[in-house]
Amino acid sequence: MKRDIILAGVGGQGILSIAASIGLAAVDAGLFLKQAEVHGMSQRGGDVQSNLRVSDKEIASDLIPYGKADMILSVEPMESLRYLPWLSPDGWLITNSTAFPNIPNYPKEDDIMVEIKKQPNHIIIDADFLAKELGAPRSANMVMLGAATPFLGIDYKHLEIAIRQLFGKKGEKIVQINIDAMIAGEEFARNYVK
Amino acid sequence: MQKMLLLGDEAIAQAAIDAGMSGIFAYPGTPSTEINEYVQASKQAKEQKVFATWAANEKTAMEAALGVSYVGKRSMTCMKHVGLNVAADAFINSAMTGANGGLVVVSADDPSMHSSQNEQDSRFYGKYAMIPTLEPSNQQEAYDMVFYGFELSEKLQTPVLLRITTRLAHSRAGIVRKPVRKPNEISLPSDPKQFILLPAIARGRYKGLLKNQDRFLEESETSGFNTYLDADDKSLGIIASGIAYNYLVENYPDKKVPYPVLKINQYPIPRNLIARLERECDKVLLLEEGAPLIEELLKGYLSKNLNITGRLDGTIPRDGELNPNIVARALGLADSQGREIPDVVMGRPPSLCVGCGHIDVYKALNEALLEYSAGRVFSDIGCYTLGALAPFNAINTCVDMGASITMAKGAADVGFVPAVAVIGDSTFTHSGMTGLLDAVNDNSNITVIISDNSTTGMTGGQKSAAFGKVEAICRGLGVDEEHMRTIKPLKKNHEENLKVIVEELKYEGLSVIIPRRECIQTLNKRMRQKAKIKELKTQKN
Repeated sequence: MKRDIILAGVGGQGILSIAASIGLAAVDAGLFLKQAEVHGMSQRGGDVQSNLRVSDKEIASDLIPYGKADMILSVEPMESLRYLPWLSPDGWLITNSTAFPNIPNYPKEDDIMVEIKKQPNHIIIDADFLAKELGAPRSANMVMLGAATPFLGIDYKHLEIAIRQLFGKKGEKIVQINIDAMIAGEEFARNYVK
Repeated sequence: MQKMLLLGDEAIAQAAIDAGMSGIFAYPGTPSTEINEYVQASKQAKEQKVFATWAANEKTAMEAALGVSYVGKRSMTCMKHVGLNVAADAFINSAMTGANGGLVVVSADDPSMHSSQNEQDSRFYGKYAMIPTLEPSNQQEAYDMVFYGFELSEKLQTPVLLRITTRLAHSRAGIVRKPVRKPNEISLPSDPKQFILLPAIARGRYKGLLKNQDRFLEESETSGFNTYLDADDKSLGIIASGIAYNYLVENYPDKKVPYPVLKINQYPIPRNLIARLERECDKVLLLEEGAPLIEELLKGYLSKNLNITGRLDGTIPRDGELNPNIVARALGLADSQGREIPDVVMGRPPSLCVGCGHIDVYKALNEALLEYSAGRVFSDIGCYTLGALAPFNAINTCVDMGASITMAKGAADVGFVPAVAVIGDSTFTHSGMTGLLDAVNDNSNITVIISDNSTTGMTGGQKSAAFGKVEAICRGLGVDEEHMRTIKPLKKNHEENLKVIVEELKYEGLSVIIPRRECIQTLNKRMRQKAKIKELKTQKN
């Protein structure tokens, strides 16, 4: 078992919480993990990514080779395309549809969607909308995590344990909101690929 | 034992705590910041009474760590690569004094300059100071090497340099810990003159350091961190240092490289192991994350040894960090590539946060400078360096910590007036104060703007050594009270602030303007914590 995942987004959107959830779940499942993050200057509203590698064998490189990623998981639609050089031809592109246009030359959203749909395996999910519907507008990143779970190769129970570990300090209410958000994302993804 | 999921930086911190470190001193700098942050947040470190603090700069941090070593306890100092330039005086001389308690200096390099102004390779500093240097290839090795580094430091009475790079520092992996070791008791050096570098004594210390080189080399040959992995195909031999090794084995299923590989993680470079590889293989490929340090040594100045390939002959790009694909191409293996980035994707550079006080400073400064010719703003290292980008295009230089004030001074001293320096509060106490003293002493005709957000913002909001002290420091250095003006950078104060800047630009002499407003990030963090405490209180009631 091996999953190479590029997590993408804009600084401040919470991709590191997704990374931490998958990371803790992988460790709980007894898998090997490497997860390279971007800290520092780019966190100030710039494009950010994390290389997340999970495997049942020891992992060598912190970086995923070009063309070898099994999945791009992006919390922002334009950012999902920035990492296409890393995605394998049959890899999954899973992205939030809510744009974060903090630059003056942000492209037309329709043009972005056209490019996303060129990837044979893709899921477009309005994570911000789903999170709002759940009354948890700040949990869009957990909706995205949920959308990725059918392709992660890690049992759901490990992910729930990870979320409990990650958000436990903030109280049971926050834990449950995040678990609900994850389940909503997962249901959406399963229906999407049917 | 359950593995701990840690960043490379955090693995180093956890190892130092487990190895009985008594003090850690650092100045924040990407990618090294998380080491000291982790120790400061660690309950275990608190219980073990580890002293963990942010120093004014890397030099003061290095010296404090040396003081801990002097009294026989274990200490660590951490910095980014360019921080080692600031600490260099203390660092190079610490090789002369040697250590008493274990002393590990961590320098975090940033090849490809993700968050830095250059990609200098700290291994050169280790070689220059002639001390053992460790370069882990993964997070577990980083953990283990801190233990070994402290032991080696005490065994051979030398500081040890631990060199890491961005990918190791900011990548997480599962770590297996070692049993916790008790901290050392205070015990002064057996030679009472060890730390007195008076020329007569220093000459003796230097002979000792030179003599120690053989022991350092022997450690490199035998410690186990340098490993010779033999294989049948001798048409090529590969030397892979630090994390370059990972990119090599990534290219072969089950890590089975068909060629002999010398994995180097400790310096001075192991002479016998290298000689064996060179003797047994037709050609040698060098894979180094950073500068071609080993490659230059092996190739020699005249590059007569044509069987050595790497960064110098273009087999590997001369600059930038490595990755699995670069290494694949160097080995003649099939390269992989996904789809190209579609044209619709635009660049998204980092920017000043919405509501940031630096924005109001630059808006006022830009307007105040309209009546002068361009190119007058000397700036510095911090969030405000982002003022170089659109829409502000507000600054003209950014070189090193503190260079804003001194470069403006130099320019003004020879007649370029007005000249403006823009520096942050933390950078000001790091390296700006001495430059300001120069400007006071020469009554240089410059306008210094100390844009005070009351934190070390760019690295995530660490405590600023300048907090609550900026005016007192300026006053103490002799800045004229009448030309020291504190303003609040808010949109509604724009006209008022503009007037202050215009006036001080016109003033012939030294002025200091202090726009002060808390960093929007630390403010939000504080407000969230406050709300949480309030919520907990109401729950209790």
